[in-house]
Amino acid sequence: MIRSALLIVIAVCLLITCADAFGIQRFPPPDFETGHQLPGTTEPGARSEIFEYVDAAVLIIALSLASWLILKKRNRRWIFMLMLFSLGYFGFYREGCVCPIGAIGNFTLSVFDSDYAMPLGALIFFIAPLVFTLFFGRSFCGAVCPMGAIQDLVLVRPVKVPKGLEQALRLFAYLYLGLAVLFAATGSAFLICRYDPFVAMFRLSGSLNMLVIGACFLVVGVFIGRPYCRFVCPYGVILRQLSRLAKKRVTITPDDCIKCRLCEDSCPFGAIDEPEAPWPEEVYKQRKKTLALLIALLPVLVVLGGWVLGGMSDSTARMHASVRLAEQIYMEEAGLAQETTDPSSAFRGTGEQVADLYAEAVKIRGQFAVGGWFVGGFLGLIAGLKLIRLSVKPTREDYEADRAGCLACGRCFSYCPRDHVRIKELKAASG
Amino acid sequence: MTENGKDNISRRKFLRETAWGASIAAVGAAVGASVTRKAKADMLWQIDPHKCIQCGNCATFCVLEESAVKCVHAYAMCGYCNICTGYLEPEPYALDTGAENQLCPTGAIKRTFIEDPYYEYTIDEPLCIGCAKCVKGCGAFGNGSLFLQVRHDRCVNCNECSIAVACPSGAFVRVDAHQPYLLKGANDEE
Repeated sequence: MIRSALLIVIAVCLLITCADAFGIQRFPPPDFETGHQLPGTTEPGARSEIFEYVDAAVLIIALSLASWLILKKRNRRWIFMLMLFSLGYFGFYREGCVCPIGAIGNFTLSVFDSDYAMPLGALIFFIAPLVFTLFFGRSFCGAVCPMGAIQDLVLVRPVKVPKGLEQALRLFAYLYLGLAVLFAATGSAFLICRYDPFVAMFRLSGSLNMLVIGACFLVVGVFIGRPYCRFVCPYGVILRQLSRLAKKRVTITPDDCIKCRLCEDSCPFGAIDEPEAPWPEEVYKQRKKTLALLIALLPVLVVLGGWVLGGMSDSTARMHASVRLAEQIYMEEAGLAQETTDPSSAFRGTGEQVADLYAEAVKIRGQFAVGGWFVGGFLGLIAGLKLIRLSVKPTREDYEADRAGCLACGRCFSYCPRDHVRIKELKAASG
Repeated sequence: MTENGKDNISRRKFLRETAWGASIAAVGAAVGASVTRKAKADMLWQIDPHKCIQCGNCATFCVLEESAVKCVHAYAMCGYCNICTGYLEPEPYALDTGAENQLCPTGAIKRTFIEDPYYEYTIDEPLCIGCAKCVKGCGAFGNGSLFLQVRHDRCVNCNECSIAVACPSGAFVRVDAHQPYLLKGANDEE
């Protein structure tokens, strides 16, 4: 008993001396006879926080201006000018960061990780377009988003995308949003920022992969209007839903639709809904049955989605560096990996316990399993709701800008003869 | 809705209004949840010099053409050695300032004679590429007074730092913007 106590004391003493030795410098700093003054380590400061608020103010002014131009002024040329300004300011001058799209990641992390605080400027960037969309529709997409602007510029030969294909491709944006939230919530990655296709162009430097992907988006964007906005943008799918509820909305005609069909092909984003008569009685009855079936199917899709993504937690969890490290360490311990990697040797250098790392990895995998169920369920719900929408017939008498899909670019205004009448009357009134 | 006197309000409109109100409430709740967090200050990326393993990724993974990571010197820790393992190649041809004897690939370390036998080593920042070769040399046989730091006058503070993603030892951390440097020697006591 005494002996073991003695051993412990000796061990502790040894540990203390070791720790001491660790801190001791091999070569003590010299005492200069000439009185040489030691220079200090320089600490150049970061960009002042004030600029963050300047950016936020510019954003809010741009959003207000965009809403006014789109809803009141109805002038594509001015909208285009504002779009160019946004591309210049938020894109090339501010180098695409901070942006509301990437702020989804910050916001999610700030909700799930209490140690992380979102900068107020970034929070304003995240919230302001949401609020504006609830009031005025997607004026952010139309004239403020630099990523939308750069794609809008290259759109010279728009090709129509079949409605069904567009619906199907859009599911990718929901998947992207779901995964981005999952990875941000678990503290694994800011997916949206990592795979931002245009930020490398705004900065005129960046990884070659992202430059190439960005260039591909622009080449595709020559024919298919704003491919990132329509099929990828995770912020866009949030704005879509809020835009459905918007108090004011983009209208093709300033007053009454005369069903002249002139605007029919004016939208390069397929966001103009044509007038539709109600279904005939027998079709209506048949669709009613389909609808009942689809509504019954909805919970099945939700559970299926959750089961698939929740079950994939072993794979999705690899996005987290600690899980990857734990797997590598496990392979090394089991003799399955011949060579160590930089992270594994760095980990061994820290002297941390392998068991702790395993425990952490297991915990993170658990988070991915739970999060996977939620995100998968959400995706199942979206897919189910899409199917349900297809069997609900909207009845419309006029040509209308789609509440959700309209990007508020203002292209259709000049196609409407009623708008020409409006402008003439305005000119006459002003003399 | 008829009892409210608004006869013309349709079911669809009522649902839309409700959803609109709910959305506004959700946005408000989101702001509230985010603003009431404990930590308030802005955060910037920085390297914890004690976790850095000098892998060299800082020189190549930054989104900037010339990395925002540079080597800095904690002069108070430096031994002012004549034979500096952060400055010289492991087996130099000669113990002088010849380019072939210098460890730094860009010759960014300036050596100045102070008094016998002490020399001061200064980093010429525009030349430094953040490759950490000198950091490795200094840490292996010297006092470890050379180390890497993110220079905030250069860093564009990406939402997700590309070097942090590539860092094998998890040395990249977010720090309070009011104290954005993790200097060796200075904050070691903390």
